[in-house]
Amino acid sequence: MDLASAKMIGAGLACIALVGAGIGIGNVFSALISAVARNPAAQAQVQPFAFLGFALAEATGLFGLAIAFLILFVF
Amino acid sequence: MALELHPLEQFKIEPLIPLHIGGLDLSYTNAALFMTAAVVLITALLVLGTRRGALVPSRWQSVAEMSYEFVADMVETNAGHGAEPYFPFVFTLFMFVLFANFLGLIPYSFTVTSQIIVTFALAAAVFIGVTIIGFVKHGAHFLRLFVPEGVPIVLLLLLVPIELLSYFIRPFTLSIRLFANMLAGHTMLAIFGGFAASVGLLAILPVALDVAILALEVLVAALQAYVFAILTCLYLRDALHLH
Repeated sequence: MDLASAKMIGAGLACIALVGAGIGIGNVFSALISAVARNPAAQAQVQPFAFLGFALAEATGLFGLAIAFLILFVF
Repeated sequence: MALELHPLEQFKIEPLIPLHIGGLDLSYTNAALFMTAAVVLITALLVLGTRRGALVPSRWQSVAEMSYEFVADMVETNAGHGAEPYFPFVFTLFMFVLFANFLGLIPYSFTVTSQIIVTFALAAAVFIGVTIIGFVKHGAHFLRLFVPEGVPIVLLLLLVPIELLSYFIRPFTLSIRLFANMLAGHTMLAIFGGFAASVGLLAILPVALDVAILALEVLVAALQAYVFAILTCLYLRDALHLH
């Protein structure tokens, strides 16, 4: 297998990491919805944490995407 | 019909004013142009917005004051007591990342924060600054940060390397988070835009998708600036209060 094909396959495999991002973000916002449904007054307090959690969960998925780009364009 | 997609062309750095001094390439590039634009816009908003200084603020003054209050509140809540001297730094970081992200959303512009070197420079500044602050405030006692209390010695052999690793990975995660978000967002916009250019009447579908993704990118632009600033505050709190 030549390098170019291996790079394509490697980049594709690295993108599987985004599954984790999807599950994580779903978890974060499901927790936010449950929390606000139980206690609507807490929304202003909980929402900043929800956005922070979303960004951090998305970031780990994007680390996988960054590896995919690294494989494709740097090596 | 071959699909000539070049989604990564938008990230190319072009020298606008070539300038070579002593073997160093110090050209004024499109990246430098947009960084200058961000700084000029932020300064204009803050200086011109608060020029009147009215007790009942005008619209621009309101925006300037709200941005100040937002970051001041964030620093106070997340970085704790001794962090007031570092508010200008966090405010600069937040506003620069916010404006750089938003400027990148203008069609045909250049997103400064989609360059890993830019985000790494910002993250390295945060990391080195926070580490120095920690050592200046606590001396050698700062290393207590990596040794949690009440842990048996056997577990410490495993825990301290893990704590060290998670500390030293901070500049990388901080920079890659912002970089990957911006890169992925703009690449997606360019790819779907390319689809719209190549199909006929069906182009309405990728264009509609592009509109939705652009809306998401506006949210992500603001959110990534917020996350960068709030993580800086949290790292500051770790350094100042050692837990």
